[in-house]
Amino acid sequence: MANKNVIFGLYDDEQDLLSAVKTAKEEHLEIMDVFSPFPVHGLDPIMGLKESRLHIVGFIFGLIGTITAFGFMSWALASDWPIIYGGKPYWPVPSFIPVTFELTVLFASIGMVVTFYTVCGMGPGVSNPTLHDRITDDKFCVAFQLKEEGESEDKNKYEKYFESTGASLVDTKTI
Amino acid sequence: MSAITSPIREPLVKGNKTYHQITEDICAPTERAPSVAWVLAFMVSVGFLALFAFTVLWTIWIGIGSWNLNRTIGWGWDITNFVWWVGIGHAGTLISAILLLFRQKWRTGVNRAAEAMTIFAVMCAGQFPLIHMGRIWLAFFVFPYPNTRGPLWVNFNSPLLWDVFAISTYFTVSLLFWYTGLVPDFATVRDRAKGIRKKLYNVLSFGWTGSAKHWQRWESLSLVLAGLATPLVLSVHTIVSFDFATSVIPGWHTTIFPPYFVAGAIFSGFAMVQTLMLMVRKVLRLQDYITIGHIESMNKVILLTGTIVGVAYLTELFIAWYSGYVYEQFAFYNRALGPYWWAYFAMMTCNLVSPQIFWFRKMRRNVFVTFVMSIFVNIGMWFERFVIIATTLARDYLPSSWSYYVPSWVEVGIFLGSLGLFFTLFLIFVRVAPVVAIAEIKSILKSNGDQYVEQNKKYIEEKQFSGQQV
Repeated sequence: MANKNVIFGLYDDEQDLLSAVKTAKEEHLEIMDVFSPFPVHGLDPIMGLKESRLHIVGFIFGLIGTITAFGFMSWALASDWPIIYGGKPYWPVPSFIPVTFELTVLFASIGMVVTFYTVCGMGPGVSNPTLHDRITDDKFCVAFQLKEEGESEDKNKYEKYFESTGASLVDTKTI
Repeated sequence: MSAITSPIREPLVKGNKTYHQITEDICAPTERAPSVAWVLAFMVSVGFLALFAFTVLWTIWIGIGSWNLNRTIGWGWDITNFVWWVGIGHAGTLISAILLLFRQKWRTGVNRAAEAMTIFAVMCAGQFPLIHMGRIWLAFFVFPYPNTRGPLWVNFNSPLLWDVFAISTYFTVSLLFWYTGLVPDFATVRDRAKGIRKKLYNVLSFGWTGSAKHWQRWESLSLVLAGLATPLVLSVHTIVSFDFATSVIPGWHTTIFPPYFVAGAIFSGFAMVQTLMLMVRKVLRLQDYITIGHIESMNKVILLTGTIVGVAYLTELFIAWYSGYVYEQFAFYNRALGPYWWAYFAMMTCNLVSPQIFWFRKMRRNVFVTFVMSIFVNIGMWFERFVIIATTLARDYLPSSWSYYVPSWVEVGIFLGSLGLFFTLFLIFVRVAPVVAIAEIKSILKSNGDQYVEQNKKYIEEKQFSGQQV
């Protein structure tokens, strides 16, 4: 992957971040990413982020779990080796409810968590580049990608923007 | 700038904290050398863990014959301990999932440690069904795998099998939920660390950056996992109660068992959370995050669930009398006044009578009283399970097979050893991970930090003083 030259500014408060992102949108600056130490509410609509579709993934995995559990138990007890347990019918549907429920929850949870880490590009031992050590502490960061050509001109534009929106620190980094 | 805060709510974060100060306070215990108290506690815990290993190996080597179970009483301390530990493992997911759905912000102070406690308690619980099988090397028989005996499938009508699925699902989902919450906080520790610690926390933090899209997905994931974990936590102890309720033993065969067990599980879980958090907040100096207000909230839950459990005890007695069914009547007469009357008495005192002290606000907010009460409840809930299991089995239909049971030293050793396992894991946890959810505390600071709450209070009082509408 080609290296990216990134210019970023740090803000001290989430309200400063929100107004800065709003300004960037008004000035049609293309934000690369926004980083924060905790989820900032109200940021997604300003940034224009679409709602996450992760819950749909959860539903699909849950459905797979339901079908797997119920289908398997029905097949095993009613078709593969029918046995009468305690005078119950070969296909004792009420007895299947607990295991069906548990496997629905299990499949949905594992499926969602694995999907989450996959789409976010995370996992054990993965190290993604970070712009500044204080982003996971108390600073709120807006980052822009610098163009290959005409970099200094681009840089001036962003520096002016960061100054006008009240960033406490502006820096560049190649990631 | 401050968000809208209710002036009548007690602040959940005290000490005029900034975001950076929160990071400093909560990361500090993972960064400094362990205190003498921690080292001593760890040594004692590992000692008990060694006792656990020894007594479990003894059981496996000699066989279940090393326990004092007999033909009449087939379940003793083993299943008592199992149900007790599973019950304790209910508070964490309740705090983090149900209170998340109800938007109770006080959960942020205690959810991390409570979830960790849940996971360790379920690990302890899981040991008992395994070792009480006798031939632990055949434990995989409980899973429906394609085998050479037909394949002969497991019996999906059996509540014991439902339990296998319930406990393993509960453990997995709790672990995933807990770890997903931990990832951003591990990233915080990573970005402060140097050298080998940085490498370690880099692995643990999964490459978290704090990107806006990631946070959005993270919140969506947390919410759905909470939605899934809420019915799950209720189902797990319901299914544990089915182990008893679907049998035909008088005293077990009752429809009240599922709600009664779930209430009891939450009751004992919160008691264990109190026991641990009161020590943790003191030793790690986290009184600003786990405040007296948090303790009071949890004591209210203990009072409510303890009273539900008490009502269930009395309902059982009433129904036994009202049903006119002699075996049921005898079972409960025997429970209260039979050979194990002392266990019943301990259960009633600890679970029904003693929590009533929490009707008084002063008692709810007293750390010492809370600590003593939490120990009482832990003991009481252990006795509840013992009363249900051993006393019921001791007097069955046939007077000629009536029996009495006292545990052997091996059974006592396994129980004490399981406490060692639990505390060893918990002590490692408080050294390695941030004990309070850093990111979540930061997200409630503006609405529940004391400086913001005070500011709002002043503002509203001024307005009221000048006769303005608020």
